[in-house]
Amino acid sequence: MSPVLEITDVAKSYPGSPPVIALAGISLEIHPAERAAVLGPSGSGKSTLLHVAGTLERPGRGSVRIGGQEVSAVSDAELSAVRARRLGFVFQQFHLLDHLDAVQNVALGLLYQGGPARARRTAAVDALERVGLGHRLGHRPARLSGGERQRVAIARAVVGRPELVLADEPTGNLDSVAGQQIIDLLAGLAADGTAVVVVTHDPAVAAAMDRRVVMQDGRIVTDDRPARDLGDLGNLGAVPR
Amino acid sequence: MTAGSIAADLVLSGWRGLRARKLRTALSCLGVAIGIAAAVAVLGISASSKANLLAQLGAEGNLLTVNAGQAFDGSPAPLPPTAEPMIARIPPVESVTATGYVPAATVRRTAAVPAVDSGGISVLAAQPGLLSTLGGSVAAGTFLSAATARYPAAVLGAVAAQTLGIDRVRAATQVYLAGRYFTVIGLLRPVPLAPEIDEAALVGFPVADSLLGLDGRPTEIYLRAVPDQVQSVASVLPFTANPAQPEAVQVSLPSSILAARAAARTAFTGLFLGLGTVAVLVGAVGIGNIMVISVLERRAEIGLRRALGATRWQVGLQFLTESLLLSALGGVAGAAIGAAATAGYAFGAGQPAVVPPASVAVGIGVALVTGILAGGYPAARAARLAPADALRAS
Repeated sequence: MSPVLEITDVAKSYPGSPPVIALAGISLEIHPAERAAVLGPSGSGKSTLLHVAGTLERPGRGSVRIGGQEVSAVSDAELSAVRARRLGFVFQQFHLLDHLDAVQNVALGLLYQGGPARARRTAAVDALERVGLGHRLGHRPARLSGGERQRVAIARAVVGRPELVLADEPTGNLDSVAGQQIIDLLAGLAADGTAVVVVTHDPAVAAAMDRRVVMQDGRIVTDDRPARDLGDLGNLGAVPR
Repeated sequence: MTAGSIAADLVLSGWRGLRARKLRTALSCLGVAIGIAAAVAVLGISASSKANLLAQLGAEGNLLTVNAGQAFDGSPAPLPPTAEPMIARIPPVESVTATGYVPAATVRRTAAVPAVDSGGISVLAAQPGLLSTLGGSVAAGTFLSAATARYPAAVLGAVAAQTLGIDRVRAATQVYLAGRYFTVIGLLRPVPLAPEIDEAALVGFPVADSLLGLDGRPTEIYLRAVPDQVQSVASVLPFTANPAQPEAVQVSLPSSILAARAAARTAFTGLFLGLGTVAVLVGAVGIGNIMVISVLERRAEIGLRRALGATRWQVGLQFLTESLLLSALGGVAGAAIGAAATAGYAFGAGQPAVVPPASVAVGIGVALVTGILAGGYPAARAARLAPADALRAS
């Protein structure tokens, strides 16, 4: 099966004196239903990797393919379409809109795909029920706990049935009980074939993922794949799932 | 996704955003609302005054007056008795009526009032058709008729009645007019086109001839002509009224005097429109300011929307829509306030309330243009924001 994310020799630096090298030639493939944690100290380039993988930033060099589509040199509008259809994001700060209730926040995840408003709303209600928030549909973020807010954010990320969900420290603002619920939800996405890449400092998150990519100084220093995927590497073929 | 549903989404999401910040929304609308209210109110009040004036002028401003003037040598040149019937024969003349000034006649409440306290009230002989030609009306009692014109009966102009302290008509109400008592049979409302009637006591021509020594010669003739032929009628009036001394006849158009007076009053319209424009400009700066702040405050939201797949255009349009909604709210509120102010003013002044639909439409249109201009720069800033930077901002 072809990878949902294929990053080849990507470098990215930010202007300054001396320039800050965030990514120094990274290659990474993520396959459908794969669950990867990206680990590493602050400043190792994890967030930049996530932004480049999420088409929020363009790489300075190298190639980024999402679902087989080369995105490093396409127009801003095409990148927006890729984000709308293929990608889902989960952030440490949740990024829910305070004046919208849970359903409206989740429906926002479908807004830029188009489609009639009623269908977006129905899908949003479904997604909220899937993350266990069927009883919080009309609540605004201010009336939700931190864990519930992050579950709303996950519902928003997956309501459009993306191929790849990118999460940036999703448990960073949560206590361990709420954090565990988020970990379970993210880990469970693979059941639908959705790939998940989580940038995290949280060992509990890392432990729940199949693969642990450790970064330092803009490079991948270890890429720890579980044994069951080694066979996949060995014959270079697709593993039926 | 159709353009219509995109627009509906934008408006709905903008509306939700504004509703979430009610006080800020109200305050940022205020400047535009004040400006549009001022403009609509000024135009409405001026239109109401104009409607009132047109009602006074009989809608057409076709009233002409003919005065007895002076001959070349300065001696009075009274109009001949034939003047009024001759004028009536000019084809475009719709109606004509004459008054005759009774010289040296005073009007007092009783004979006990000294003659010097005449109150400036003059005595005019009038014909029964006077009111219909002038567009005047009776406040109390009746006007002169062919019957009462023969007897010592008087109708008082509005100012004359006030001067004499007469505010109602009773059978016993009399005034001491030129040395004898006349029964007051009616009181007039003010006649804006002929203020001289307001300060006069009107009697019939027959009784003026028989008792007051008027020789039947009119001193002033009022006539209404077909509106688009007023000028041509005016040009033939001197020869028609007094063929022997046409140069001694004064022809005037009282409605043009009133119209000039009204035009002088609308000189302030320009001033207030200018002030309204300034208020709208200040309101535009206010909206622009609030939108710039809004873009700064909502960087994270912009980043989120970009991450969810919004294009630059969609982000920019969203902020432009909010700016437009703000200014539209201001425009609609302003137009409503302006219309209410017009209605209040017209009610107070006893005028018909007229709010020109064009002023409301232009007001709201100006408000929308304001919103686009004020929102353009903030929207462009929002659109230009790089998604990753916007997300990092929080």
